[in-house]
Amino acid sequence: MSDEIRRISGRAIPMPGDDIDTDRITPARFLTALTFTGMEKALFCDEREHTPDHPIDNSDYKGAKFLFVGKNFGSGSSREHAPQAIKRYGIDAIVGISFAEIFAGNSQAIGMPLMTASPEDVQRLIALTQKKPKTEYTADLESLTVSWGGESVAVEMLEERRQSFLKGNWNVVAILRSNLPRVREVAEKLPYVNNFQA
Amino acid sequence: MSERTLYDKIWDSHIVTRLDSGEYQLFIGLHLIHEVTTPQAFASLKEHGSKVAFPDRTVATADHITPTLSQLRPFKDDQAEAMMLALERNVDEFGVRFLNWDSGMQGIVHVIGPELGLSQPGMTIACGDSHTSTHGAMGSLGFGVGTTEVGFVLETQTIVLNRLKVHRVAVDGELGRGVFAKDVILRIIHDLGIKGGLGYAYEYAGEVIESMAMEDRMTVCNMSVEGGARIGYVNPDETTYAYLEGREFSPKGEDFDRAKEYWKSIASGPDAVYDRETVIDGRTIEPMVTWGINPGHSAGISEKLPSLGSFTGEDVKTAEQGYAHMALKPGDAIAGTKIDVAFLGSCTNSRISDLREGAKIIKGYKVNPKVKMLVVPGSQRVKARAEKEGLHEIFLEAGAEWREAGCSMCLGMNEDKLFGTERSISTSNRNFIGRQGSPRGRTHLGSPATVAASAIEGCLANPAEMAGE
Repeated sequence: MSDEIRRISGRAIPMPGDDIDTDRITPARFLTALTFTGMEKALFCDEREHTPDHPIDNSDYKGAKFLFVGKNFGSGSSREHAPQAIKRYGIDAIVGISFAEIFAGNSQAIGMPLMTASPEDVQRLIALTQKKPKTEYTADLESLTVSWGGESVAVEMLEERRQSFLKGNWNVVAILRSNLPRVREVAEKLPYVNNFQA
Repeated sequence: MSERTLYDKIWDSHIVTRLDSGEYQLFIGLHLIHEVTTPQAFASLKEHGSKVAFPDRTVATADHITPTLSQLRPFKDDQAEAMMLALERNVDEFGVRFLNWDSGMQGIVHVIGPELGLSQPGMTIACGDSHTSTHGAMGSLGFGVGTTEVGFVLETQTIVLNRLKVHRVAVDGELGRGVFAKDVILRIIHDLGIKGGLGYAYEYAGEVIESMAMEDRMTVCNMSVEGGARIGYVNPDETTYAYLEGREFSPKGEDFDRAKEYWKSIASGPDAVYDRETVIDGRTIEPMVTWGINPGHSAGISEKLPSLGSFTGEDVKTAEQGYAHMALKPGDAIAGTKIDVAFLGSCTNSRISDLREGAKIIKGYKVNPKVKMLVVPGSQRVKARAEKEGLHEIFLEAGAEWREAGCSMCLGMNEDKLFGTERSISTSNRNFIGRQGSPRGRTHLGSPATVAASAIEGCLANPAEMAGE
């Protein structure tokens, strides 16, 4: 099935630092767009303007498939524009120490796997990529590893989410829809749906 | 794992099914929508040829992009106008109730939900906005979601979630002079950290929280997400029931009595089990202001700013970055920092009690001539109420601007923005870099009282030294 995601290979962009919030990833003025088309242009655009050597603009990382990030990546605003911008920029997966929950839910909903690794391993990935920007990595969702040149680190994913990528059913809307009869049954039993009639 | 908490009870009664992936499909009792995070969701509905599954459990308003100076149409900003037109078309086409300006009920989505009695105890509530956690003050579970998920809710009235753990955060004792709900939540985030809530729902409890009015509880729950907790809630009690009685969408008559029984039944029981518990002594909380670039970078107004040595790991770098961006340094006194802008508004602090709190301080004083002060009520209802009480005159006489309802300067999505390196004291919820519309703008967060006191002094000031005069 075309929605299956088992392995992702390519270069990485290192984005060290904790608590990178979604206002930084996609500034609010881009939220007036009526579609996500072209949202990649918003990616970190304000800080890139004020940061001459921003990792996104480093040509050595061009074509990267991964972002390597720190703790609590994607905190703050629930704007899906942030993971949309990252995905539309060409990133297929993010490896970090931890992720903010709404960001993680949004990334899952649009089919971009998030993986966590120990702080030491993430630091190692970031340092290696900064030193050797053209390193090619492979993330394997079956073995839960990120590997390069004969070496690898272990990564973790929420098992539910990992399975959804392996089975290709991360795009859940059709499944949710097929449960609509059951949704109506659950609603019927809720007091507030029925004016609190017993 | 938690048991018999409000979170557990609401969660259990709203599960539709456990999906093959192992995640849960959860029924959403109330879906609040606004102009910014819905156009792509409605587009996907059209693509699927679907209808809104529960139009009577879906309510729309406009808040983020709405100008607060003149709300005459068409809006001056073409993109904002296009976004409004898209919402109007979508609610029309899909039969969704739209609380627009003509209804007299327009306002910030997290202000009008409770104000109109839409948000009720025992509900699951979703909205394409992270501050949906606000509705937890009503004894509900409020989930902030992204746009694809807004589409799920429109199409199926459900979202997909994993179960959270529950952290009971008790604030005991009482609050001192000049200390308000905003200071309480800033202190909680300070103590537990901005990542402390990842994976948790926060249950706020203890004497301080239980004795709070509903609007103060909303301020606390609103910023749960700034502490990393997707949701935060307060158990419903007599204060909650009294607040709900008589509101537009609240149950009426006998329905209300039966509702009350249900609401009582979903509160955490005395035998509830929590995954984690924390107690904070309310007497140790002072007026709080942020000094850095996330809501955890805060200090008591009388304190000196923390040394870099008090941080560990990556937090050292974030603190360094915070000091650099804010042009402050460790050891500085935070009080006395000169400001350019004072903003009283946002889903955190734009309710009538917030405006009263600010007005009480500012009455009889003038806003410092170097400071621009904006007072932006959270809804048309709040504005009308404030004007009936004459609060607008107090602000106007002091030299502040009195605006129309909207999100305003909380985020750079409308005309109200910081420019260049302007420094603000703001009752909003985020001091992130660029948040208030200027990439180099500097934001301090504080309570309405702190904002009012600082506006008068022209610098960050302690409202306790002015309160109640």
